[in-house]
Amino acid sequence: MASVSLTVNGRAVAANVDPRTLLVQLLRENQRLTGTHVGCDTSQCGACVVHVDGKAVKSCTTLALSCEGAAVTTIEGLATDGALHPMQEAFREHHGLQCGYCTPGMIMAAVDIVNRRGFSLDEKTIREDLDGNICRCTGYHNIVKAIAAGAEAMGGRSMAGKEPPRQAAE
Amino acid sequence: MSSQTSAGTGIGASVRRKEDHRYITGQGRYTDDINRPGQAHAWFLRSPHAHATIKSIDAKAAAAMPGVLAVFSGDDLAADKVGGLICGWMIHNKDGSPMRAGAHPALAQGKVRYVGDHVCVVIAETLAQARDAAEAIVVDYGVLPAVVDTASAAGARSVVHAEAPDNTVFNWHLGNKDATEAAFKAAAHVTRLDIVNNRLVPNPMEPRAAVGDYDQGEGAFTLYTTSQNPHVARLVLSAFIGIAPENKLRVVAPDVGGGFGSKIFIYAEETVCVWAAKKVGRPVKWTSDRTEAFLSDAHGRDHVTHAELATDADGKITALRVKTTANLGAYLSTFSSSVPTYLYAPLLSGSYDIPAIYAEVDAVYTNTAPVDAYRGAGRPEATFVVERLVEVAARELGKDPAKFRMQNYIKKFPHQTPVIMMYDAGNYGASMKKALEIIDYKGLGKRKRDSARNGKLRGIGFSSYIEACGIAPSAAVGSLGAGVGLWESAEVRVNPVGTVEVLTGSHSHGQGHETTFAQLVSGRLGIPIENVSIVHGDTDKVQMGMGTYGSRSGAVGMSAIFKALDKVIAKGKKVAAYVLEADEADIDFTEGHFTVKGTDRKLDFGSCALQAYVAHKFNGQDLEPGLKEGAFYDPTNFTFPAGVHICEVEIDPDTGVTAIERWAAVDDFGVVINPMIVEGQVHGGIAQGVGQALLEGAKYNADGQLVTASFMDYCMPRADDLPSFDVGMTVTPCPSNPLGIKGCGEAGAIAAPPAVINAITDALGHEDIAMPATPMAVWRAAQKTVKRMAAE
Repeated sequence: MASVSLTVNGRAVAANVDPRTLLVQLLRENQRLTGTHVGCDTSQCGACVVHVDGKAVKSCTTLALSCEGAAVTTIEGLATDGALHPMQEAFREHHGLQCGYCTPGMIMAAVDIVNRRGFSLDEKTIREDLDGNICRCTGYHNIVKAIAAGAEAMGGRSMAGKEPPRQAAE
Repeated sequence: MSSQTSAGTGIGASVRRKEDHRYITGQGRYTDDINRPGQAHAWFLRSPHAHATIKSIDAKAAAAMPGVLAVFSGDDLAADKVGGLICGWMIHNKDGSPMRAGAHPALAQGKVRYVGDHVCVVIAETLAQARDAAEAIVVDYGVLPAVVDTASAAGARSVVHAEAPDNTVFNWHLGNKDATEAAFKAAAHVTRLDIVNNRLVPNPMEPRAAVGDYDQGEGAFTLYTTSQNPHVARLVLSAFIGIAPENKLRVVAPDVGGGFGSKIFIYAEETVCVWAAKKVGRPVKWTSDRTEAFLSDAHGRDHVTHAELATDADGKITALRVKTTANLGAYLSTFSSSVPTYLYAPLLSGSYDIPAIYAEVDAVYTNTAPVDAYRGAGRPEATFVVERLVEVAARELGKDPAKFRMQNYIKKFPHQTPVIMMYDAGNYGASMKKALEIIDYKGLGKRKRDSARNGKLRGIGFSSYIEACGIAPSAAVGSLGAGVGLWESAEVRVNPVGTVEVLTGSHSHGQGHETTFAQLVSGRLGIPIENVSIVHGDTDKVQMGMGTYGSRSGAVGMSAIFKALDKVIAKGKKVAAYVLEADEADIDFTEGHFTVKGTDRKLDFGSCALQAYVAHKFNGQDLEPGLKEGAFYDPTNFTFPAGVHICEVEIDPDTGVTAIERWAAVDDFGVVINPMIVEGQVHGGIAQGVGQALLEGAKYNADGQLVTASFMDYCMPRADDLPSFDVGMTVTPCPSNPLGIKGCGEAGAIAAPPAVINAITDALGHEDIAMPATPMAVWRAAQKTVKRMAAE
């Protein structure tokens, strides 16, 4: 067993785990945060996407021990003070989900796309950047609409008003 | 899209989904999210061989490994008299004899029949311990030649099941052979096609999972499982497999992450988990990984067909005949036998007036995963046959494919086809006209020329599909061999404060029932949609129901709710008559109020509910207190959604990449409850159909190894493989249920494949392409086109 300390959704977590434990296992089994899903085990489908230090990663192929000292955000930590994140709102408003299984990973990936690509996203950019996430229900039509609208809403909410956090920092 | 505010929350409003909040916040509760106190973990040792005898199993070392609670094999199930998995639809051969079905034990007994077949289960404290121990089990296999190929399975020397010595499950037929042969003899033109409908893996994003639990005090089992029809699972596990009587077996299907048919069936893993929970005295959990899903989820399609279409001198279709071989895999899955028979051949009339049809279907066993219903189930296969034939016939006859279809459409309803179905309503020409407008058919010539100038090949493909949904009248399916009735149930419980719980036998795994069903109830009772809760997926809470598949939840499930609401309103009128001191015959119910005709006296629905429960205003002997009513609804006919999808592609002959440039979909689903949700169903269905046409194909090698067993080898449609879709609708209400609903869940998957292939073949100028039309296949086919063009 090995110990690992990190923050999950802003809360300090210290766990003693089998060294082969994956980040998704730490989240789902140790922390009982079951919003992060496993869809394929081969980092193809993206149902397991979470943010580690602000960047999207596939938690099904990340060792928990490699996240020592990291700040992890999961779908459960995206809403703040009870208010949904604009991307969550957009997925509901534009019917960007059906069975809901890929949805947490989709939303986390979508927020990452906005962080990397900005608030004004065209369809081609969204479709290309969504390459690491598979949905079997929606045909992506409404997911693409939701992400475009969510990005715009994030822009409207942003303090800077123009640049998403990471772009601005870079 | 109609907005939420313009139409309120009743029928026809695009109400945002009530269930979404839990999904977008990570609070959904899927089977793998459930953990029971003291839970152990199961891992299945699966056969590495497609076909082999099991000479011996030595599990001593495995059983002694750390954390291992038990190792079980087929012998242990047999010793406990656990029955085999069943096929619930009897098909008869042409000569009237029953189909030849081999046994299907949940853990193999003496023989394994496909790669992934279940040999042993290891139950341990942790999943890692179970997996480690499984590697220590020594199985001595006697490897046999594998039967893999669909077309040649019947002639193979190796035999999958002794009960079917020529690997043939049945030779079945439908239609009028003599009339069809006569029509072909008299035909002015005959179009002939050889068609392979490629094998697919359903791949809902949530893999299957099961948690079995046993309560020693009560002597009762609970099974949490990824099911589209928990009551059917309970029925089969009780009555046929013999786990426990139904009153001692609770089946819970919580949030289910997509099904597409693959979660209808009763599989080995949940059977073993619930049985083993009692054996080891601990809850037992199993969750499929993705490769296990590829190996052991029931696959879809896999037909090899020769098809012919006869036309007269005027271009009128006079007959159609097919000879199909359907691969059912190594065992008969729950509804497998119905898919290439009664869900297939009765749709071979398509949208067309065809006087004579004859279909012969041979179903074969092979050493591959069982094949059963996958989104559309039989109807995509039929539609692909009909729409390819019609398209190619039009080309051969030099006719415009749209006009040729319109010439041959059924125009009068009801229409009796020569293959069982009585189409009740439709207007196929209206859908075609609208689709032609959306796609800008008139501008096609210019677009083709523009593409040609850029060195690209542009083509357009039509698909004028029909499907039989809302399955179905119980007596009708019973007469065709179904082992169950296909009605649906509902109970409407009105609480004393006027809020409502609806218990439905339908199951939602992405379809949005919690919203659409609530829209119906809210609209009908005139109460806020927030006051309505939909309860489903738990056999301890909900009365017997038949579940969700075949686009039946709207047409059948909601009709049951509609009937129960009728009874609630009728009872409410009796209560209101006492409270308002009026004759029951003078009570009306509109917009949430019981009113007395010709007066201003009224009672709102919530107050009526309270009065029903306090029972102060009437004598409990004259009128029973309470307000709760149930209904079982059995439809009078199948429903017949139909529509026209048009796909326009541009092919790059240098790379073989097919880009879908435009997609027009015009569907007639009858009355639509929530347009937003219905359009979403169309989008998702098209994506799966495009996946079949361009990307997806399950491939076994000659040894029976599945070489496409992960998302790295099996090409799932991704966002950049697909366009946005133009979706339109036409409406002819369905006369066969009280709501006029036809169903929308499968349409896209049925319509899309022939639309894509017809577009590609139009672009190529020849018919020599099979599904999936991958860039490699299209590049090869395009070289022929390029050479011909160079020669011209």
